[in-house]
Amino acid sequence: MKAAAFEYQRAESVEQACAALAEHGFDAKLIAGGQSLVPMMAMRLARPALLIDINRIAELTTSSEHGDHAVLGACARQQSVKQDQRLAARVPMLRAALAWVGHIQTRNRGTIGGSLAHADPSAELPLAACVLDARIVLRKKGSTRTVAGADFFVAPMQTAAETDECLTEVHWPLWGEQRVGCAFDEVSARHGDFAMVAAAAQVQTGEDGRCTRAAFGLGGVDAVPRAFPDLAARLVGSALAAQDIEAAANTAAGEIEPGEDLHASAAYRRHLARVLVTRVLSVARDRSRVSGANAQ
Amino acid sequence: MSERRYRVTIEVNGVERQAEVPARLTLVDLLRDELGLTGTHVGCEHGVCGACSVMLDGEPVRSCCMFAVQADGSRVTTVEGLEQDAGKLSVLQQAFCDGHGLQCGYCTPGMLIAAQGLLDTTPDPTDAQIRDAIGGNLCRCTGYQQIVDSIKLAVARLDGRSR
Ligand code: FES
Ligand code: FES
Repeated sequence: MKAAAFEYQRAESVEQACAALAEHGFDAKLIAGGQSLVPMMAMRLARPALLIDINRIAELTTSSEHGDHAVLGACARQQSVKQDQRLAARVPMLRAALAWVGHIQTRNRGTIGGSLAHADPSAELPLAACVLDARIVLRKKGSTRTVAGADFFVAPMQTAAETDECLTEVHWPLWGEQRVGCAFDEVSARHGDFAMVAAAAQVQTGEDGRCTRAAFGLGGVDAVPRAFPDLAARLVGSALAAQDIEAAANTAAGEIEPGEDLHASAAYRRHLARVLVTRVLSVARDRSRVSGANAQ
Repeated sequence: MSERRYRVTIEVNGVERQAEVPARLTLVDLLRDELGLTGTHVGCEHGVCGACSVMLDGEPVRSCCMFAVQADGSRVTTVEGLEQDAGKLSVLQQAFCDGHGLQCGYCTPGMLIAAQGLLDTTPDPTDAQIRDAIGGNLCRCTGYQQIVDSIKLAVARLDGRSR
């Protein structure tokens, strides 16, 4: 399997990449880590006439903090984010999700922004971005806009990004490091494969153990990853007791419309959704009550 | 239509190599077909089997999942580059021989690169770390147990060193 012929440009800056996109539009494609795009080109599911390589744009690999969010450059490699101790403390969801992403060889190349832009409905990072409602920054020649994580994914492998836009940054909300717990869990055929169903949760609890903030969601159960902000809001004020969590999990499992394939029936996916939501909410709750528990 | 070619300079196993490549040539095809380094294997050509693993600037990657033109200016180590001195197997490679870590050998270059990548960062890995490190590499022969054992044998022989 060999890719069809194409031309190649290495962009030295975001401006250059955006200018090339503006000029070639639909015929051009950005390449970051290439861990999804290169196989798709090999199978000729993608045949861009021009590949614009953004791997060496220094500003796309930086990370920083601004007020209530951490800014992560789109080309930050998955493996380096996974190993970043500061990020693990500030946005524990990243390491929790990345524990399930690919293998060392793919994480060494694969990027955070690339995974979001690829938008596989069962991929882990899109689910994390949805649950935390991360902000996704899209730049094109002459303008920049920010899209909420919940609005970014529109269909399988399809995002709100236009063909002339470059995903440059992801803004991850900071919940603080005190009494915050997060958890990510999934069922897949083999570790590192895309999930049949994945679930992620993050909760904050007060001194009295009651929930002060919550977010959770499911991947692999719909055309796009799903967050449940209304159900999560109902958990706030509760003790996150087993029955509170089960009620949320049952309602969430009832709201999804999972598909069927060779690997799992819709009924099995719904079952997994209920079990996994129960599990991640319970683990997140427990971790929120033990300081430093997220960084394991 | 003649395809445009791009000049690349890549340090392969410590030697600077130059080539003129079409953009669609993958790194593994450059290594095997243009540079004659057939130690690196191609199994699936789409990022599933890990047989094509090489080190790119010291880190294991799949050489079928990047184009050679992208590796311009980088340092690549293939399985041929793991040997200690010319013709002498590394401790890890010898451990695979002694521990029956291969049968047909198709997956072996990828396994060796993945294992070396682990030892470079973690000279004294746990069983779980070993299994995780080779988790992206398929082997249809050994059942993996002897591969894990071979890596453990290498760890014991290296005694805290990585090579
Ligand atoms: S040949 Fe590269 S992963 Fe299979
Ligand atoms: S030894 Fe044959 S595939 Fe691994």
